[in-house]
Amino acid sequence: MQSALAVDRLQFAFTITFHYIFPQITMGLALLIVVLKTMALRTGNEHYNRAARFWAKIFGINFAVGVVTGIPMEFQFGTNWSAFSKAAGGVIGQTLAMEGVFSFFLESTFLGLFLFGEKRLGRIGQWFSAMMIFVGSWLSGYFIVATDAWMQHPVAYSLGPSGTFELKSFWSLLLNPWTLWQYPHTMMGALQTGCFVMATIGAFYILAGRHEDYGRTFVRVGVIVGMLASILQLYPTGDGQGVMITRYQPVTLAAMEGLFHTERGAPLAILGQPDVANQRLDNPLTIPRGLSFLTYRAWTAEVKGLDQFPRDAWPEPIELVYFSYHIMVGLGTIFIAIFVIAAFLLWREALFRRRGMLWVIMLAMPFPFIANMAGWITAEVGRQPWLVYGILRTSEGPSPLVSVGSAWFTLIGFMGLYTLLGILYLFLVYREIDRGPEAGVVASSASVN
Amino acid sequence: MGTVWFCLVALMLTVYVVLDGFDLGAGVVHLFVAHSEEERRLVSRTIGPVWDANEVWLIAAGGTLFFAFPGLYATSFSGFYLPLMIVLWLLILRGVSFEFSRHLTDATWVSFWDAVFFLASLLLAVFYGAALGNVVRGVPLDNQGRFFEALWTNFQPAGETGILDWYTILAGVAALVALTLHGALWVSLKTERELQARAQDLAAKLWWAVALFTIVITWSSFKLQPHLQASYSARPWGYIFPVTAVTALILIIVFRRNEGQAFYASCAYLVGMLASVAFGLYPDLLPASTNSASSLTVDNSKAANYGLKIGLVWWTLGIILATVYFVMAYRRFAGKVSVSSDEEGY
Repeated sequence: MQSALAVDRLQFAFTITFHYIFPQITMGLALLIVVLKTMALRTGNEHYNRAARFWAKIFGINFAVGVVTGIPMEFQFGTNWSAFSKAAGGVIGQTLAMEGVFSFFLESTFLGLFLFGEKRLGRIGQWFSAMMIFVGSWLSGYFIVATDAWMQHPVAYSLGPSGTFELKSFWSLLLNPWTLWQYPHTMMGALQTGCFVMATIGAFYILAGRHEDYGRTFVRVGVIVGMLASILQLYPTGDGQGVMITRYQPVTLAAMEGLFHTERGAPLAILGQPDVANQRLDNPLTIPRGLSFLTYRAWTAEVKGLDQFPRDAWPEPIELVYFSYHIMVGLGTIFIAIFVIAAFLLWREALFRRRGMLWVIMLAMPFPFIANMAGWITAEVGRQPWLVYGILRTSEGPSPLVSVGSAWFTLIGFMGLYTLLGILYLFLVYREIDRGPEAGVVASSASVN
Repeated sequence: MGTVWFCLVALMLTVYVVLDGFDLGAGVVHLFVAHSEEERRLVSRTIGPVWDANEVWLIAAGGTLFFAFPGLYATSFSGFYLPLMIVLWLLILRGVSFEFSRHLTDATWVSFWDAVFFLASLLLAVFYGAALGNVVRGVPLDNQGRFFEALWTNFQPAGETGILDWYTILAGVAALVALTLHGALWVSLKTERELQARAQDLAAKLWWAVALFTIVITWSSFKLQPHLQASYSARPWGYIFPVTAVTALILIIVFRRNEGQAFYASCAYLVGMLASVAFGLYPDLLPASTNSASSLTVDNSKAANYGLKIGLVWWTLGIILATVYFVMAYRRFAGKVSVSSDEEGY
């Protein structure tokens, strides 16, 4: 890698991928903790309070790692992408600053109250704190998605005299049509991760014969909420996101689908490997005319293939966009199947006896993370070669004076530090799961964060 | 509009230094004033519920800087690339050492994280001071308004400067002693008996160091950056800031047996010092050491007016809300921490 651009990109990709492991858990769990707290409030059963406390501890560890790995994200806009920041700061600085002012203060103070002040807050106060943590974390997601959505589909700006983007309309920025689909789609992804984490640990407890009453609660809450989230993930949010891409990023759509040639009645590729050199899909398994129907609701509609676009407008590498998209969709479909079957068995009061199904739920743990990552890779690599779609190229974004050596130095530093963080994180979460929900309240300031 | 945002960003950074300053200071002093494992836990409990919220002021200030002065944000963050990344790593280490050490009671585990916590807090204080030193001294901006500084060159504050030279190191040490004093006064405010007495003794010794470094750093700053003197001569009312700082510094020693007033005096000292710097620099945001025409100023770095105006509306609303949360949280955790209270020490 001879250019700083490649290392800057690699560093951003590495740090954001590692970072996003944690917010998807916390955004998902935040809602589930509110669910548990609400159940505790309605039934008056201490069982749900203990369940909530257990998850609050797991939440705390995730939140801590999420916060410390999140700060470098905000700073990297300036450190590695100064040309981009200088040009676009007047617009995306708005949403990023609002995230700090509106979400982080809310989230951090109420989490401090929730975890350190449990005894004195009272039942309503505790429920309210949990609610505020949920609101704060989902609001934070909104501002970040709005920032990304502006890069995907820039609106509400004009170009100033020195080539900088100037904000023209605050509300158009916040209500970017792209955000309105991308946000619910992203949040349903995070919620599914939270549901799988909860249901998986519940299934583990039942299968291992430990804390089985908690295990049943975790599986029940995870499966029911997860079923709703997995369906909403596909329709209408996934569908709406697809419509946006079809309309505003047709070349990305072609790359996602591996469609090299423009066709009427284009097929939908289920499997197959894109062969970019020969411009075809090898070993294709397709649904005839499926893509035309999905994109335009007409079996014979014409869908533009990559051949319609100049090579320097292709979102390279095409293979990465194609596979990440297919992995996301494939896994999403499997999640719907798992959650619907599990919910059906739950309704028939048979789930807790079906050890096979519990095994499936338990082993599903890594896959929602992979699906979320794959979705983001589809979006961000699919945006290439643009940093701000159609206006500013990624190659125009990096800091001009940061050398390749400096960029490598910090990338290696992040790799080392994050490896250490990952090991510690797994160790601490394993330990909490091993101790179980009945363990006394540890003095876990851990969780303040 | 640019001037308003200059004041607001300066305000946010000042709040950050005052609040997270005592967290960092407590991190530095906890190895000295706390003699047993139990006492060290007590010190960390004093900052446990609030440190993360305090750190949010830095994140929020960074975001606000980004949107109000995109030019400054882009130039300074990329020019200060290496020290900023090191600060990020230290913030990560400080955060996880604090959070993770509570999870196990094993002595080896805890003492390892205590040491990491101490080192990260100490180095953060030094780097913050050095960063401010760099801003005051100025950086080698080229005619396109760009620069990149190595960590060090020949340790001289002129020519091809590095992040660290004798002046910025001096600023770093000055920040370290000031924040350590601030942290010692915080510990004295939040604890009782022997622990409190030791914190107060340490504070009394540190006070002399702070007084000495205040004189040295002020003198060398005025020598090195003529812009400061020019600002004060042009607008003499600004002397109110250094006068505040000096008065507050004296009050710290006057109130040395009254932990509440001593701590507030230390807050006022930090506010006075930072406001003095901000006043002295204005309207520069980042002076150029090469040619003063290349300096980044409020006017050549600010975002377009529409965005700044709309920002004022949501910023005000957001900060009012944040203030409400902070008052609530600090009131909830007011008073001394003690061993006898519940698990969390409250």
